[in-house]
Amino acid sequence: MALYARQSTLDELGLRSPDLDKPWSGEEFMAALDAAISSGNYEYTIDMGMAWTGEWYPYAFSPLLQSFGGDIVDRSTYQTAEGVLNGDAALAFGEWWKKLFTDGYAPGTSQDPADRDTGFIGGKYAFAWNGNWAAVLTMDEGVDDLVFLPAPDFGKGPTIGAASWQFGISAGSEHPEGAAAFIEFALQDKYLAAFSDGIGLIPSTPSAAAMTKNYAKGGKLAVFFDLSESQALLRPVSLGYVVQAKVFEKTLADIANGADVADTLDAAVDEINTDIERNKGYGHK
Amino acid sequence: MTQHGSKLTQSNATGWAMALPAIVLVATFIILPFFFAFAFSFTNQRLISPNPTEYVGLANYRRLLGFRVITIAPERDADGAPKYPRVRKFTRNNPDFPHLSGMREWFSIPWGEEKIAILSRDVLFLKCLINTAILVLAIVPLQGGGALLLALLINRKLRGINLFRTIYFMPVVISIVVVSLLWRFIYDGDDGLLNNLLAAVTFGAFKPVDWLGNTDTALSAIIAMSSWQGVGFHMVIWLSGLQTISPTLYEVAEISGASKWQTFRYVTWPGLRNTAIVVLIVITMQAFALFVQIDVMTNGEPLDSTQTLVFQAVERGYGKQDISGGSTISVLLFLVVLAISIMQRYLTRQRH
Repeated sequence: MALYARQSTLDELGLRSPDLDKPWSGEEFMAALDAAISSGNYEYTIDMGMAWTGEWYPYAFSPLLQSFGGDIVDRSTYQTAEGVLNGDAALAFGEWWKKLFTDGYAPGTSQDPADRDTGFIGGKYAFAWNGNWAAVLTMDEGVDDLVFLPAPDFGKGPTIGAASWQFGISAGSEHPEGAAAFIEFALQDKYLAAFSDGIGLIPSTPSAAAMTKNYAKGGKLAVFFDLSESQALLRPVSLGYVVQAKVFEKTLADIANGADVADTLDAAVDEINTDIERNKGYGHK
Repeated sequence: MTQHGSKLTQSNATGWAMALPAIVLVATFIILPFFFAFAFSFTNQRLISPNPTEYVGLANYRRLLGFRVITIAPERDADGAPKYPRVRKFTRNNPDFPHLSGMREWFSIPWGEEKIAILSRDVLFLKCLINTAILVLAIVPLQGGGALLLALLINRKLRGINLFRTIYFMPVVISIVVVSLLWRFIYDGDDGLLNNLLAAVTFGAFKPVDWLGNTDTALSAIIAMSSWQGVGFHMVIWLSGLQTISPTLYEVAEISGASKWQTFRYVTWPGLRNTAIVVLIVITMQAFALFVQIDVMTNGEPLDSTQTLVFQAVERGYGKQDISGGSTISVLLFLVVLAISIMQRYLTRQRH
């Protein structure tokens, strides 16, 4: 994940280039958006990608909540969301999130999916919150001074989402060795590199990264390697996440559409807690 | 006599054999799942869970339907202006009101100095119920009436009439998912077809409206699109009804000098009586089951203004893996639709 921007935009608006050692603070970030508004050159200042529903919401936006100091669920026990999803930090996040949409900084949930794909490229939006998978397309479409800025720090450190797909072998498998052999075969560096070249994903081993076009040292997207290394935080590692992700998605969509922040977060906490309770704590010890 | 009886049984057997595939399919995919849903609604059944399923009685129903009414007294600030404490003060971690824990304010009405707040266990479900009722009340007359109008228009012998029949019927044949996607573009808030069209006819005076992103317009947008999509299907049913009316009746009407309206009122409409009942009941049931449009176009947004019962049943049952919650909504929906169908049947019965 990164904040997409053009170097020319940063120069034009007179903004400091943030880096991993010194990312933008929350105030600097909002000042950048205000500068983009005052310039009058953009339809919206930032594209958060509201047209992408589903898992995108917790993946892309829950790290911002964590940067404020809140979270989807209390990770010390995974038994409650009370105080983390509706505490003071979460309320501050919610008010900030609501402002992004109600004050016209960002297009809301009714965003045209086509604008999500091409709005930044076409100059409709000054910034875009997007993943590494969109980088190659953005560059190919002619944004030649594209820069990937690290997530802003809203107080508790800058964080971005992290995830990977895992292979698993069923405990009931009759041929675990065969399955293991297949996985080992499929995960050779040359295949990981081919996956990455083909679909643009970050390769999961450094040796495979060295073999790719974009993620090798000095490659155009090598910065994502560093971003993930220093900022990435996993989403809650709990079976309850299935429900929590859905609740979080709806909560953020509602707030973006102008719902009362405190009431909406309270309702989310209640729903998450009821679900945890009904599932007997999801087996966390 | 025996001859006759055996022939009847024979053809009866053939009839059953022909109906068998349909019966098996309906039993497997509609009747059986319904009994499952009914049973699951009294348990805590999950889609996937290592925990054993338990009988929970009416807990699922209480969670959906539970509500309380509280009166909130104003607090006076320094100037004496009344200021109402937030409902969350009562519903969150308040040992004085344990029975209100986890409830949300559905709506509130001023009552003299005080404020009466209606709290509900599941505000979203109630919103779904209201939205679904609005959808049904709006779609039934729009779609039924529109279909009748189209049927009257194309029920004549004209060159090329089949072209019009095909055009009107087309939306029914196209997948509803495709139709929904297309209408999403039509309703687009910036440069959608509808906004462009309205801007063109008003010479630019019309300000673009974000049809699906606006709580005031989203549900109406869904209503208009849904009515249009199904209108062709019911047009065909009306048409079949129109064609069963004997032409001699129209001749008689013409000879007796009846006006167009009188012909419709005293010949056509009585002849369509049974067709009308079918169309009414089918549209009602389809409108209650509205789902794909919501899933593709709005996801229930903005602010739950397009949430429907079936959308929530699927969202809970599969999205949140809470099969019992989804089943409970399905059972309640079944009871509502059944009650309304029986009522419609009663109101439209033949009086002698």
